[in-house]
Amino acid sequence: MNAASRFRDAPGAAPRSLRLMLDGVPVLARPGESVAAALLAHSGGATRQTPVTGAGRAPYCMMGVCFDCLVTIDGHPNVQACMVSAREGMVIQRQIGARRLGDQP
Amino acid sequence: MSADLVIIGAGPAGMVAARVAAEGGLSVTLLDEQERAGGQIYRNVGAVAGRGWLGADYARGGALVQGLDHPGITHQPRATVWRIDARRGVIWSRDGQSHVSPAAHVLIATGAQERPVPFPGWTLPGLMPAGAAQILMKQSGMVPDEAILAGAGPLLYLVAAQMIAAGAPPVALVETPTAITHALPKLTRALFGLPTLIKGLGLIARIRAAGIPWYRGTADFRAEATEDGRIRFDFTTGKQSHSLTCGLLLTHLGVIPQSHLTRSMGLVHEYDAEQGAWRPTLDPWGQSSEPHVFVAGDGGGIGGAEAARAKGALAALAILHRAGKLDAAGRDRQAAPLRRALSRALSLRSFLDAAYPVPSAFLAPPDETIVCRCEEVTAGSIRKAACTGAEGLRLMRTSLRTGVGPCQGRMCETTVIGLIAEATDRPASTLGPGRIRTPVKPVTLAEIAALGPQPEETT
Repeated sequence: MNAASRFRDAPGAAPRSLRLMLDGVPVLARPGESVAAALLAHSGGATRQTPVTGAGRAPYCMMGVCFDCLVTIDGHPNVQACMVSAREGMVIQRQIGARRLGDQP
Repeated sequence: MSADLVIIGAGPAGMVAARVAAEGGLSVTLLDEQERAGGQIYRNVGAVAGRGWLGADYARGGALVQGLDHPGITHQPRATVWRIDARRGVIWSRDGQSHVSPAAHVLIATGAQERPVPFPGWTLPGLMPAGAAQILMKQSGMVPDEAILAGAGPLLYLVAAQMIAAGAPPVALVETPTAITHALPKLTRALFGLPTLIKGLGLIARIRAAGIPWYRGTADFRAEATEDGRIRFDFTTGKQSHSLTCGLLLTHLGVIPQSHLTRSMGLVHEYDAEQGAWRPTLDPWGQSSEPHVFVAGDGGGIGGAEAARAKGALAALAILHRAGKLDAAGRDRQAAPLRRALSRALSLRSFLDAAYPVPSAFLAPPDETIVCRCEEVTAGSIRKAACTGAEGLRLMRTSLRTGVGPCQGRMCETTVIGLIAEATDRPASTLGPGRIRTPVKPVTLAEIAALGPQPEETT
């Protein structure tokens, strides 16, 4: 799951000063970037497994269209990681398969 | 939260329209899904300076964002519109709570999405649209590492040039067949498009100078994950097979209008054969089949950022006129230079559409390809269903669940139409547009219930 990131920092990119937790592992994020961007900078691996076949998926369109970046953020399931800005202390979980009714906090 | 005008989308069309309408005396609510105004083309442009490698065109968006600083404009960021209700107004969600913005006029400026590029392996981690990588460059200061760019269209050249400028040149450019010679007769108004053409040639020169391997006339795309998590990308040129390995495979075959909102309202749409996509039917001001609803920018047909600016301003002038703030003579006087700008901006469009066609293999891909990413339905099963009676989008939806997942068909509809068209030998124009229902973005039942009944229903 923790393949090296498929991205590198651009010249002059700001430091990653925010700390998020992904399944208990710290993930660093830049202020102003989306959770999906932080996840892609952290790892090149899957960020969820699909409900139908369990296939691994990662953030894809980055603009709210494809819904492949769904994660659980601070207990809220099925959040589009590409549409949410990273904030200090966010707790993120990968989604393995479908969410169940009652998962909502 | 009532406003004279509610605009959905803070890209170039929405931002220009907001400013023109506010200067004309209307109160404007500008709803946008992102944290910062700019849309995709000017994503994050107001946030940080010092990213010259993204180019001068990108920096131009900054003035539009500053233009939103007007007392008549209320910008609502992180606002996801999920319904436009004829009686209540525009219904949108933020942080799990929905709000209603009543409006005398609505301008839909939701822009474009990338055309899906389906082929075996396109769902793997490590594959993304080229535009997605550009968003990461603009918003996160992240550059693709050891990436291959594959497909066709001017955006591929731009992304390649930006990657070179950022010190992370692409491993290769893998271009599907272009038809530039065939498209040349469409350059009849080339003089107007000359600056853009020169810019495009400049991008191509930079890619050549950087020595990027460039494969032309490619087909038969296939991606697989290697054991160490990289991507093996197979393709052919004529009879020759190629296999390259990369960290990231970025694909692109142009963009299509985001029409879920306009379709969910039941507005009249038409098929644009040149662009291979559905778009709302609009008059020259952007007015839709609902008189109080206007559409501007790429959501009404692909034209690019410069066209979107002009269309946004034209729609705002028409709305000012309808609202009694501008007489017809004033409207037409201000519209004249905008129409000239629009004509200039669109002068290359037909050429580009013809020069960078979508190969049929991406409209009707090989059987093993996952077409509906949400429900994981393959091209093979769609072909089979189409041959056994599922001859339309709705029948396909009920038999195979294509388009019922969270993306609501945004990633599969063009391909499902392509496959049914192929299997039943009918033109794509007879197979759509698919019916879209509220909510156009997922919201919880609890959130909808918390909105309460419609005012009419309480009596």
